[in-house]
Amino acid sequence: MVAKKLQAVWLALALFTVSGCAGPALRGTGDLGVIIERATGSVQIVDSSKRVAIASVQGLGDLSHASLVYSRDGRYAYVFGRDGGLSKVDLLRGVIERRVMQAGNSIGGAISQDGTLVAAQNYVPGGVKVFSADTLELLADVPSTFGDAEQRSKVVGLADAPGNRFVWSLFDAGEIWVGDFSEPTKPRIEKFKNIGSQPYDGLITPNGRFYLAGLFGEDGMALLDLWHPERGARRILNGYGKGQEKLPVYKMPHLRGWAVAGRYAYVPAIGRHEVLVLDMESWLEVARVKVAGQPVFVIARPDGRQVWVNFAFPDNANVDVIDVEQGSVVKQLTPGKAVLHMEFTPRGESVWVSARDDNRVVVYDTQSFAQRGVLSAESPSGIFFTTRAARIGF
Amino acid sequence: MSAKLSVTQQFNPGVRMGVAALGCLCSFAVFAAEPAAEFTTAIGAERRMELVTLVRQDCGSCHGLTLNGGLGPALLPDALQDKPAEYLKFVILRGRPGTAMPPWQRFLTDAEAQWIVSNLQKGFPSGR
Repeated sequence: MVAKKLQAVWLALALFTVSGCAGPALRGTGDLGVIIERATGSVQIVDSSKRVAIASVQGLGDLSHASLVYSRDGRYAYVFGRDGGLSKVDLLRGVIERRVMQAGNSIGGAISQDGTLVAAQNYVPGGVKVFSADTLELLADVPSTFGDAEQRSKVVGLADAPGNRFVWSLFDAGEIWVGDFSEPTKPRIEKFKNIGSQPYDGLITPNGRFYLAGLFGEDGMALLDLWHPERGARRILNGYGKGQEKLPVYKMPHLRGWAVAGRYAYVPAIGRHEVLVLDMESWLEVARVKVAGQPVFVIARPDGRQVWVNFAFPDNANVDVIDVEQGSVVKQLTPGKAVLHMEFTPRGESVWVSARDDNRVVVYDTQSFAQRGVLSAESPSGIFFTTRAARIGF
Repeated sequence: MSAKLSVTQQFNPGVRMGVAALGCLCSFAVFAAEPAAEFTTAIGAERRMELVTLVRQDCGSCHGLTLNGGLGPALLPDALQDKPAEYLKFVILRGRPGTAMPPWQRFLTDAEAQWIVSNLQKGFPSGR
């Protein structure tokens, strides 16, 4: 009897040891993502296959207008907080691995082509700071000084470009800067001046060749061909609202998370309830699509068949879906109050939509528009899936 | 009234005080009819919550959720202390042409803008 009991204890011990050694279940990160909870300084790590949250991470500071980029192995998210906090979050362990306060007022960032550098774009103090992706050690600081005095501009539209370069725009100065960080501590900066009034955001095309800055202060965009920077920046879409009074803009549109579908780029008009369609061969406007309000995000489904649009206050309960063949809105959805962001699953069968004031994220099937699920989240804003890790401009 | 609007549309620091004075005359009538202490009660509790959300979240998209500034300037008490309340109310309702500040008069009454200004000046409720 005693022997039998001892045997059972040994068996239990052996089992415990074996399972203890195995550690947590192994998994990839390709279907993981992060939802920003802007008001509570927290993020949820989500599984886009099972449509569930797998972890919650607290202590990320002020996450209003937060964005993030991924390490190229898709394991770490670099979260840029409004308060200048830069946090490296481990998706698999659900913890903050490192965190630095790098500025007073920040607006986002980018990761370099080779994945070794993380850059932050800052309002205060204005400029770009570049960090080691591994340690978050500061490697370069590029203040956005302009004019005669030592003024510093707010920096917007930071994007990564081939050649370990970063490209960004100076809101207050109307300039585009291209920084070559192939020697990270000795960046070479090229400045393009007089590109237009108040660039509010920028985008880089999927091939990394063209950088476009949207202008708030005038109708048009600035275009820079990174294969031929010697040709300078030129203006496109000049005066697209000519002769018509602008409607008030209650939220600045975003250009990151661009919509490029086939040879066309879809961009928000400023002060007009329209999406502008640009031919990327000629850089001329070829069409306009009427939508429900001032567009904020204009994002193509990964296959380029649909373009999804959300809106500024007061039309921000809506989402419009444009069919690119028809050139018009084919579906209107109302996912909830204050829709802030949309993110497609890697191959686009679903889209996740955040509704800030309803504290939820709604998942839609992009073919049937049927609702596939709802996740609760506290004031959710940006949604970021790890597929971004492998894409230029994300 | 229309004469006043044409002046105020070109609001600039030079005319700020003059317009503020005009505005004060104007709002004097409002105050007389509705004492300041009653502003809070004049705007229902539910609407006040909506206004807190509006300011924190929607104004916050440019001015920051903490109102510490972003593309737009900071709206914390320190930053506003030398700005007349009437001027601030005017900017909220009519916007600032040539900048990214839009007019909010479609969405706010005069009293609501006044309530927002007085709360910004003393430190805005967190809404949490």
